[in-house]
Amino acid sequence: MTKCHKALVGTLVGILAFGGFACTGGGESPTDVVLVTHDSFAVSEDVKKAFENETGLKLRILQTGDAGETLTKALLTAGNPQGDVLFGVDNTLLSRALDGDVFQPYESPALVAVDARLVLDPEHRVTPIDHGEVCLNVDKAWFADQGIAPPRSLDDLDDPRYRKLLVVQNPATSSPGLAFLLATIARYGEGGWQGFWRRLRENGVLVVDGWEEAYTVRFSGAAGSRGDRPIVVSYASSPPAEVIFRMPQPSTAPTAVVEDSCFRQIEFAGVLRGARNEEGAQKLVDFMLSKPFQEDVPLSMFVFPVNREAKLPPEFVKFAVVPERPLDLPPGEIEANRDDWIKAWTDIVVR
Amino acid sequence: MDGHRRSLSARAWRALTYGVPLAFLALFFVYPLATILERGLLSNGSLASPLDVLTDPLTRDVVWFTIWQALASTVLTFAIALPAAYVLGRYTFPGRDVVRALVVVPFVLPTVVVALAFLAILPAGLERGWAAILIAHAFFNVAVVVLVVSTFWASLDRRVTEAAATLGAGPWRSFREITLPLLAPALAAAAAIVFLFSFTSFGIVLILGGPGYSTIEAEIYNQAVRIFDLRAAAVLSLVQLLCVGVAVWITLRLEARVAVRGGLRSERDVLRRPHTIREKAFVAGSLCLLALFLGLPLAVLVERSFAVGGGHGLDAYRALAHPTSALLATPWEAVVNSIVYAGAATVIAVVIGGLAAFAVASSRGPRALDGLLMLPLGASAVMLGFGFVIAFDRAPLDFRAAPWIVPVVQALVAIPFVVRIVAPTVRAIDERQREAAAMLGASPGRVRREIDLPIIGRALAVAAGFAFAISLGEFGATVFIARPDSPTLPVAIFRFLGRPGELNAAEAYALAVVLMAVTAISMFVAGRLRIRRNGWI
Repeated sequence: MTKCHKALVGTLVGILAFGGFACTGGGESPTDVVLVTHDSFAVSEDVKKAFENETGLKLRILQTGDAGETLTKALLTAGNPQGDVLFGVDNTLLSRALDGDVFQPYESPALVAVDARLVLDPEHRVTPIDHGEVCLNVDKAWFADQGIAPPRSLDDLDDPRYRKLLVVQNPATSSPGLAFLLATIARYGEGGWQGFWRRLRENGVLVVDGWEEAYTVRFSGAAGSRGDRPIVVSYASSPPAEVIFRMPQPSTAPTAVVEDSCFRQIEFAGVLRGARNEEGAQKLVDFMLSKPFQEDVPLSMFVFPVNREAKLPPEFVKFAVVPERPLDLPPGEIEANRDDWIKAWTDIVVR
Repeated sequence: MDGHRRSLSARAWRALTYGVPLAFLALFFVYPLATILERGLLSNGSLASPLDVLTDPLTRDVVWFTIWQALASTVLTFAIALPAAYVLGRYTFPGRDVVRALVVVPFVLPTVVVALAFLAILPAGLERGWAAILIAHAFFNVAVVVLVVSTFWASLDRRVTEAAATLGAGPWRSFREITLPLLAPALAAAAAIVFLFSFTSFGIVLILGGPGYSTIEAEIYNQAVRIFDLRAAAVLSLVQLLCVGVAVWITLRLEARVAVRGGLRSERDVLRRPHTIREKAFVAGSLCLLALFLGLPLAVLVERSFAVGGGHGLDAYRALAHPTSALLATPWEAVVNSIVYAGAATVIAVVIGGLAAFAVASSRGPRALDGLLMLPLGASAVMLGFGFVIAFDRAPLDFRAAPWIVPVVQALVAIPFVVRIVAPTVRAIDERQREAAAMLGASPGRVRREIDLPIIGRALAVAAGFAFAISLGEFGATVFIARPDSPTLPVAIFRFLGRPGELNAAEAYALAVVLMAVTAISMFVAGRLRIRRNGWI
């Protein structure tokens, strides 16, 4: 019985191992490059083809969960990574990735076209690829109907005029929720943000689990939504999306961004330490900074290019606002305090 | 000589029915989970003390809430599902197969989609908090109780209860003293599955509970992903595994204590049309109630899929034909991917689960294999997902990017269902039939082929249908494993739901409707298979 058992296990492992070999290839000079990324990654088919034609490498994309899960997996496999390039670490998680020794330095020549303020790691272990701003969005029609001026800054939100109008995401479970909490910390400082949130609570802020519920169910400005909250935490790119995906397309955006409420999220790519195809990985990072890829990111991922030469699609030029001076915090400070801030926030707003 | 050969083949059969499921479980569940737990617990090379996590009042609150909401969800699910299970297990009527197929639809839907639908229809005051959580859990799990219990009920000999009635027992007494003990294995099986699903639920709890509600699984995610404290995540996973182990053990004991073997009959001999007005009213009434409970949230999803441009139209469905950057493919390719993955997972689950069902049914002592196979339903899916990336990271076991790992993990979740649906039937096969066949000179292989297989054929078909549905729905660890760029339906739904804009939302709901249709059709086909097998007996 036990002998049989062992034989069976052995056979099974053998079969599976063979399958594993067959799938991973294991050749001498790799003919593909593997991009490890989060579930929100998207790229147009022709842009992907352009990379493959240019380099002769097949681009394989491995999506491994949300941004947090993707980073956790990268940390667990540091030195023996799942692929060659990791894309999707943002400035709120950057310190953790750098501390975990996930990447190896690579300074892309294409960085000359990138604003130096977006390059957060002087050792170039990561390269900025896109940025997106988490901002308050307002429902223009709702405020016009009520004859109230929409809020113009974070400071307005505790005004009784805006009582029970705001919906935000829980920073413990949502990435835009965390970004908005960081925006308030950047704006009011280590000693002041708690008081601001106490006043928001008194003014009837609604906290929900994630972006999907906040934006598509609670926010009155999303097409098709039956929500009754005209102020929501979303992205600077949401107003153009409301135009592009509405039928028939309206001539002006039905929603607007509150410019002084925006927190900047920068997404980075890096060559993974121990990459099987290091040269291919570097080519991929270069490509992600090139115009074809950079001009594709607005409509495929609803973020903004970092390459100054990349042209924005007309809908973004017309309906999107890139905030001049978004709020920001150093990644090291975020990493050191994230958990404590979320705990303090939970005590103030939820308990 | 002959006797020797027979016992040899019986031993080989035993080795096969135990060995294959155990090896599968060891490789794809125990090994990755143990690897990640070891990594978490042995931080700094020494066994870190778990006491601080265990004594944290927050942990105690979460554990307590997780247990009671799972128990309450199970009770509510049974209250709603049992009348329908009775009706489907005792009566035949036009459209019975359609009802059985439709019941499964809610079960496969992604939690976010269902949660959003519930937010739209629950009355103010009920829409947030524990009541909403329980209602949503019941919505998802009614299918488990209805299918597992009615399949078994439909094979219980009617003549036993009829004899009791002839002897003067009232309907309640005959139910309590005869039907209930006979039905116990199926009831316990369904209860265990519903409990484990509610126990590990977290999307529903976070969205419908609102801030302040959490389960152990949600805390594990929080610790492992948000805080990156693998030690705390590992300790919580062990707590969760312990609770699950206790729940499974109680179920097995309960099952062993109350289970009574009765002769099984083919469904055709058991089911009959409702005769009296009372019977007709009961059948119609239970089905209407179920239709209302399951239909309302589904109707919201269907309506949303047509909601475009301030009115209603087919635009979202038309848009599904076009490639979209959200998916790196057309949404229809996601449908094909889902069917291919689910088909592969079903084959794995039916083969391994079917073998295990024989092992489970034949053993006399406490059925450890049965319990072990249940564990993947209740273990932390988050941690198992992380376990895969570090356990299978080196040749010859480098499976991290292998596409077939997706159906393997789907099968891990589906196998317990196959065992739970098939084993009670195998166990209830009248031993005398086997003995009679053996006495007439049939070899053990022939007994299995000619006695066992026809009787379990219908259970296998139901199990296959259910396994297919489970794989389509992608629960548990499936969500947490890496996948190459071939999106499935649930993945595609998430992608669309995560983007702003009306058409994206409508496309997400349209794909949910497609998922509903694929599920209903495959369950209906599985039901037909079962009937053909019946005719074959």
